[in-house]
Amino acid sequence: MSKVVVVTSGKGGVGKTTTSASLGAALAQAGQNVVVVDFDVGLRNLDLVLGAERRVVFDLVNVVQGDAKLAQALIKDKRVDTLSLLAASQTRDKDALTEEGVKSVIDELRTKFDWIICDSPAGIEKGAMLAMRFADVAVVVTNPEVSSVRDSDRIIGMLDSKTVRAENGETFEKHLMLTRYNPARAAKGEMLGVDDVLEILAIPLLGIVPESPDVLNASNLGCPVTLHNPASTAAKAYADAAKRLLGETVEITTPALEKQGLLGRLFGRKAVA
Amino acid sequence: MSIFDIFTRKRSAPVARERLQLLLAHERALTGRADLAAILQEEILAVIAKHIAIDREKVNVKLDRSDQVSTLEIDIEMPQSVVKAKAS
Repeated sequence: MSKVVVVTSGKGGVGKTTTSASLGAALAQAGQNVVVVDFDVGLRNLDLVLGAERRVVFDLVNVVQGDAKLAQALIKDKRVDTLSLLAASQTRDKDALTEEGVKSVIDELRTKFDWIICDSPAGIEKGAMLAMRFADVAVVVTNPEVSSVRDSDRIIGMLDSKTVRAENGETFEKHLMLTRYNPARAAKGEMLGVDDVLEILAIPLLGIVPESPDVLNASNLGCPVTLHNPASTAAKAYADAAKRLLGETVEITTPALEKQGLLGRLFGRKAVA
Repeated sequence: MSIFDIFTRKRSAPVARERLQLLLAHERALTGRADLAAILQEEILAVIAKHIAIDREKVNVKLDRSDQVSTLEIDIEMPQSVVKAKAS
């Protein structure tokens, strides 16, 4: 049975697209048949993060409006053959999507893939609403920072009221993906900690991705971090998150501080300051 | 940075956490009635307008939220004519 996952956050710039690409790649690497769908019509980026920007011919809007067949618009990844992309249109706006059109595309994708990952645009407008509308599971991407947590709370409220599943009174799984986590700043009390965010948002944790140059490098190269640098902490966090989505029990590791003794900490800090 | 700053450093995360908890408690309670202050203002003004001619420009609405109490403050400046009529 296929699952539709919406990757959402409310706030922009927290890592939705990176998470969609990395989780999608990790699930595909685990042998699953995966399609990642970019719902950010007008501001598409998933193609770029996946390194497929020069291969987009038809997009989601073309399929929704019947200008292209779904098979023509799906772009198969060159590195993992069970990963496909359905890009967003760069020239249209979000009004080009209709609820019936999106439903029929999702229904068709359900017949071909195990996982349909919908990369939501930021905000709470039509594009974000349509991205979550037909989802079975949500991955809420949050940074440990006040504005991101507040927006995530708002989005969680919408997931509980505006999705088809919620309207039918069915269960709706919501998971928290904490990204851009900086263990050093959290330890110093300068950044909200994992427990703080979990207590406030009250949804189960899917994974913690540390702020890391590996993630930026992967985007620069157009290759998801789980493919580009599988040994990195960020890649492991995404691979573990994918396993959890698949129902495996994997212990969550909180990115730790660099090991340093008391003296090292006291004097090491002075050198940095 | 002096070495003593390590012990006196202000931690901002606990403040962030408290502010968020307070804010979200209110926002969750208001879901679906997002414009409570605006609705209250409209309805209260309608009631007052039935009896007194008031200038909409001279109405000030403030909503203040804290741990224990939330206050809705509606400040309406009475027109001169009404004040004079009452005084006489």
